[in-house]
Amino acid sequence: MKKRYLLIPLALFIVLAVFLAIGLNRDPREVPSPLVGKPAPAFNLPQLQKEGSFSPKDMTGKVWLLNVWASWCVSCRVEHPVLVDLAKRKIAPIVGLDYKDQRPEALNWLARHGDPYDLSAVDADGRVGIDYGVYGVPETYVIDKAGVIRFKQIGPVTPEVLDKKILPLIAELQK
Amino acid sequence: MSAKHFFLALSVALAATAAPAKDAAPLAEDPAVEARLVHISEELRCLVCQNESLAGSRADLALDLKREIRTMIKAGKSDQEIRDFLVNRYGDFVLYRPPVKPTTWLLWGGPFVLMAGGVIALIAFLRRRKPAEANLTPEEQRRADALIKGDS
Repeated sequence: MKKRYLLIPLALFIVLAVFLAIGLNRDPREVPSPLVGKPAPAFNLPQLQKEGSFSPKDMTGKVWLLNVWASWCVSCRVEHPVLVDLAKRKIAPIVGLDYKDQRPEALNWLARHGDPYDLSAVDADGRVGIDYGVYGVPETYVIDKAGVIRFKQIGPVTPEVLDKKILPLIAELQK
Repeated sequence: MSAKHFFLALSVALAATAAPAKDAAPLAEDPAVEARLVHISEELRCLVCQNESLAGSRADLALDLKREIRTMIKAGKSDQEIRDFLVNRYGDFVLYRPPVKPTTWLLWGGPFVLMAGGVIALIAFLRRRKPAEANLTPEEQRRADALIKGDS
């Protein structure tokens, strides 16, 4: 009779423990992007290396990656070899968004570490970054043939993320 | 030093300390815009330093976003439109006051459910508890009465 009451605090404790376990194991940096499933915001930015501009519309009909990077970004340096390797395999075009960077430094950075990008667009004041919900560099978007964002990677693209998430998704979208 | 001289020196000293304050640039051209900016951004989370509000943050992105909000205020956008602008880009996470919707029902209602559970458990517990009885024998009762009387 009395023992039943002892179970109430125990049940409450278990419920609380489960919530805390879920909460503590989540990465607070992983903010789910409301942009996944929505069309990639339009923009028109000058290119880094060539004359002319770039707009996401130019990529219609292709599955492509938009990678936000900057020469001042330390994590981009970590991610860079993965992108260079991906570019060599010619799986999908990679477009760089050079975020709040200085042009000479950006060019220097690409010359030194290799250039995996089909082209880089220059987002000098970060305005386009705001439209894409960028809050930390690097970030990478997978955009489908219709121009819809299908995946967002916050932080460096690791070989693991590439193999497990990005490559299968690209293969699926290219069908 | 006469009192006159003292006060003269004092006022010169005070004037000297006050001078830089006069020279400081005004905070913003339009205090009304600034007030609204603070009002809106205090309810928004800085994405970079997640435990800070946008109003208090000096992070680069926070400054950019505040500039963006300032532009929208000047363009005559409502508070709700500005909040929607940010939610469309960064999700509900930017709001310190999450909206009430099915995925957040537990968040909003949880504490009240827990409290209701506690109150129900307490009532049940109190009802079941046997009332305390005065289990004194007549002899003990007499002694107790005697003690009380003797005291007063």
